[in-house]
Amino acid sequence: MATVIIPTPLRKFTNQTAKVQIEAGTIAEVIDRITIDFPELKKHLLDQQGAIRSFVNIFTGDEDIRDLQKEKTPVNNSTVISIVPAIAGGSF
Amino acid sequence: MIVVESAPLAEMKTHALETFPDECCGFLYGTEQKDGSRMITKILEVNNSKAGDKKRRFEISGKDYMLAEKFALENDILLLGIYHSHPKHPAIPSEHDRVAALPYFSYVILSVNPGNIDHIRSWQLNEVSQFEEEIFSPKHLNQSI
Repeated sequence: MATVIIPTPLRKFTNQTAKVQIEAGTIAEVIDRITIDFPELKKHLLDQQGAIRSFVNIFTGDEDIRDLQKEKTPVNNSTVISIVPAIAGGSF
Repeated sequence: MIVVESAPLAEMKTHALETFPDECCGFLYGTEQKDGSRMITKILEVNNSKAGDKKRRFEISGKDYMLAEKFALENDILLLGIYHSHPKHPAIPSEHDRVAALPYFSYVILSVNPGNIDHIRSWQLNEVSQFEEEIFSPKHLNQSI
């Protein structure tokens, strides 16, 4: 199963679990499964159209899936997937 | 309440002053009590990766964020938040700060002018995604939380 690393701010929605094992073939399937297993994650990962929120980045290993095949990026049992929130801001 | 030990507090201030007039940014690590009180024992400075105007914007790259989470797991320490500076502006979160903010994290903001840190304040998102101020305090000798 692929391993999903949950960022600290979202762990309260995964029972404080930092790493979740998911059986899936693509990133889209990973997102589907993890939001079924942990429904409160959904509003933090997906927008109202069901697409990955612009403030959420998904990495497989060290690569952003936007540079790969996006949600169609394949995963396997050795894939480590990181949910990476965009950290940004500014003074005004 | 968020209490910051003297060493990480000094490092944050130096980072903000040295980065002026650009915004600086970094991660906050430490411990948390059951009542939500936090003690910051370490910071990790990171590069402001914002392309463009760094004088009023900051951004942390995805790779730096992953390294920050990895550091926390490997060192059995909690990643508790983000700090950044507001050059020539108050230590109050902007709408840009709020829109990109995450639940759980503390957001420490340093208001900085040339050669001087004017204010340091800390904020957290509430249940309706609005910022609420946390009591921010430097750690005093013999103080515990």
